[in-house]
Amino acid sequence: MTRAETIPTTPTRERPETPVSTPGRVGESTTRADGVPKVTGEFEYSSDLWMDGMLYGATLRSPHPHANIWSVDTSEAEAVPGIFAVLTHEDVPGRKVCGMEVPDQPVLAWERVRYQGEPIALVAADHPETARRALEKISVEYEVLDPITDAEEAMREDTPKLHLSGNLLRHIHVVHGDVDTAEADVVVEGEYEVGMQDQAFLGPESGLAVPDGRGGVDLYISTQWLHIDRDQVAESLGLEPDQVRLHLSGVGGAFGGREDLSMQIHSCLLALHTGRPVKMMYNREESFYGHVHRHPARMRYEHGATRDGKLVYIKARLVFDGGAYASSSNAVCLNAGTFACGPYDVPNALVDSYMLYTNNPPCGAMRGFGAVQVCFAHEAQMDKLAKALGMDPVELRIKNAIKPGDRFPFGQEVPPPAPVAELLERLKAMPMPEEEDITGRDLRRLPGGVSNVTHGEGVRRGVGYAVGYKNVGFSAGFDDYSTAKVTLSVEGGEPLVRVHTAAAEVGQGIVTLEAQIARTELGVNKIAVLPADTSIDSAGSTSASRQSYVTGAAVKAACEAVREKVFARVREEFGEDPDGLSIEDGNVVAEGHGIVVPLAELLDGEEIGELVKYRHKPTYPLDENGQGDAHVQFAFAAQRAIVEVDEELGLVRVVEVATTQDVGKAMNPQALEGQIEGGIAQGLGLALLEEIQVKEGRIQNASFTDYLLPTILDMPPVKMEILELADPDAPYGLKGVGEPPTIASTPAIVAALRDATGRELNRVPVKPEHIVGISGPTGQPPQPGSRGPAAERA
Amino acid sequence: MRLSCTVNGEKREVENVWEGESLLYVLRERMGLYGSKNACEQGECGSCSVYLDGTLVCSCLVLAGQAEGCEILTVEGLAEDERLHPVQEAFVEAGAVQCGFCTPGFVVATHDLLQRNITPSEAEIREALAGNLCRCTGYEKILDAVRLAAERMAAS
Ligand code: FES
Ligand code: FES
Repeated sequence: MTRAETIPTTPTRERPETPVSTPGRVGESTTRADGVPKVTGEFEYSSDLWMDGMLYGATLRSPHPHANIWSVDTSEAEAVPGIFAVLTHEDVPGRKVCGMEVPDQPVLAWERVRYQGEPIALVAADHPETARRALEKISVEYEVLDPITDAEEAMREDTPKLHLSGNLLRHIHVVHGDVDTAEADVVVEGEYEVGMQDQAFLGPESGLAVPDGRGGVDLYISTQWLHIDRDQVAESLGLEPDQVRLHLSGVGGAFGGREDLSMQIHSCLLALHTGRPVKMMYNREESFYGHVHRHPARMRYEHGATRDGKLVYIKARLVFDGGAYASSSNAVCLNAGTFACGPYDVPNALVDSYMLYTNNPPCGAMRGFGAVQVCFAHEAQMDKLAKALGMDPVELRIKNAIKPGDRFPFGQEVPPPAPVAELLERLKAMPMPEEEDITGRDLRRLPGGVSNVTHGEGVRRGVGYAVGYKNVGFSAGFDDYSTAKVTLSVEGGEPLVRVHTAAAEVGQGIVTLEAQIARTELGVNKIAVLPADTSIDSAGSTSASRQSYVTGAAVKAACEAVREKVFARVREEFGEDPDGLSIEDGNVVAEGHGIVVPLAELLDGEEIGELVKYRHKPTYPLDENGQGDAHVQFAFAAQRAIVEVDEELGLVRVVEVATTQDVGKAMNPQALEGQIEGGIAQGLGLALLEEIQVKEGRIQNASFTDYLLPTILDMPPVKMEILELADPDAPYGLKGVGEPPTIASTPAIVAALRDATGRELNRVPVKPEHIVGISGPTGQPPQPGSRGPAAERA
Repeated sequence: MRLSCTVNGEKREVENVWEGESLLYVLRERMGLYGSKNACEQGECGSCSVYLDGTLVCSCLVLAGQAEGCEILTVEGLAEDERLHPVQEAFVEAGAVQCGFCTPGFVVATHDLLQRNITPSEAEIREALAGNLCRCTGYEKILDAVRLAAERMAAS
């Protein structure tokens, strides 16, 4: 019997029983099929993989952010009892570099390391502790070099080059109208900075590689995109793609951090060398070195407007620190360059977006991808402008809101729907939470909470607004497609639909959505979504808020193709006009006539299967002036944050976040709410808590003790209003929903802090010292003997 | 060393435990009980929460040797006769599960809270779950799940 096989599994572990899910269709809050195994603990994540006779792999990483490697001696490590293999770059049989966009990163470093934590050697042992101890016996002779740790410095001509291509990884130059001749009555300038955020998914990077005995390998892995991993693994192992089979294992969150390779090639190398299954699993500290982070950015803006508040021009210079290797920096730079001006109609703009190589940790994809950084800056600028004009900040935004038919500064026409003004108007109309008396309040509802640091004195309230937007799907000419196979059969007398794609379920709920779509299109209740693997063609990446759109469309199209075949057969056998037919509860029904034939009877033991590849409409690269139809779809969200700030101690309590978002179609309302709430939490983290502290190229806080994530105490209630304005090009009219909430919440919360404190707060995360004014506006520590510039202003 | 303890009502003995192994490691890698999770292994996230002789602990912070002779209850032991515990049921229904990596820890911590206090206020829920991190949900649906479970358990 075929079960609803949404549960990842190893060859040796028995699959748990059929997960129960309510049989929801598109538009209904459908509980997850994998919900039950997740609450009982049976769901198998990649860190839970286990196989008889397996070895544990471990990675030797560079302690230096920049060094030459003169030699690597593995002999002592090889002699450790319980060690089965010690590998270096010499053992990489195929391409010795990898990378998603640019293959510039060594699989295992040779000659030079460019960041702290760069992999140099691998070991496999019979106990993870033995493996870790053997790593200490590998001796590497380094010549330590000065690290390049500042993106501006990396850009200078006289700075040594980290890569043959130079330190400038990408430059996007957008020219729109003519900023030089544009005349403005009011001009505001600002400099903004965003710190390095971590995806901090809870499930550590892990995987199990199993040699197949014929030179190939099966890899069970948590990832966002099986096929791009497969291709890179095959290249570096010197194998044909079909000798490398990837199977999606349970993924404990991703948020962009699993788009690049971690141990995919490494575990396969060890497995093929030892002939044994090899499991690799990072611990939390290693995870901070094992994946890319959100790019830190420095952004300079100038906004000009007429006296009555119409934007005249925007100038922006954006500098991103890409770290040591390219990852997806190219695309992040493009996104930042195209979204730099915000969702506003501006007649003149000049944007320069620079991406630099440095010796800092490599940066790449994280939820919001280039839009998060610029949104923090352009929204702060809009508030500044409103203040200079004496205008209400929401009114100013509405006045300049972009609408369908306008042109974005990168030349693309704004496609409908683009309800920016409507989102803001509705947001403004949402009721404010009742203001609770400060005195006599439960301590837990005050900034600082049970630390009992304030009883209300010095506490001020502030309100802030922001609107953010971003592209959905891959852009600039990328061949962005997904593949789905849908098979209709009858098992045990009951119709069953099997849906197979390679789309990575990372927690967002694509598996549930695929089932909802199949149920809706084929009128069958029992749906089995097969495990994602590389036995079917690519579904593309689970990123850029694209899976519901692209894989959703592929599944829908495959279902439609199956349905057409069913109807063709009904016409052949029963002479019914296919136009009037539908499938309901497993029966083919003709309009006005009721049941024509049950599917069970019609199929008579046969299966009907269709494989469909779906591509969204093409996009195009930008020209030298940064103009082009680069993006497929745009998603917008507006947010209002209310904060209470203890001005003396710099402590913050976010009281509420309200949001309006256009989602096209709420495919699964409960899951949608979960995306919005979760996205806001990550934006709150960036606003107030989360930063990887990097000093001289070294991470200072690679642990959850020192890298602070929002807890349930930090997260306020979220109020939301969802707009469903259909995008005519998208399946069911849907829009990607995962990213906009994260983009808008950071600037909204910081705007509220500015409102409460009157301070400039031009860097995130905002720290207590910024709020009380004992450090400078860009987070520079105060000079000895000075009160710091912010304090002087205050 | 050898370790004997009771896990989810069953006597368990494991041999060759290295002294440095945590209870979490033994549960997962030696007993095959992978339900308790390993998100941080340093006491910060609560994903490894289990009961040790009735007390809620982070099993990553307990040395395996400390569990000698103890009764351990893990997330795998909460469902009875194939029926989900009301807390588990509520987490599924309320949409409190996304990637689910935090879920076993939240389920055990909520179980503990509701055993002590069947009508927790919102502040009490937040305080009780402050030691559990979730990166996906923004906690709203988790609060819903706790309220739903409390309601149902109080009614039964
Ligand atoms: S794994 Fe034990 S608290 Fe995080
Ligand atoms: S559901 Fe993913 S960490 Fe909580």
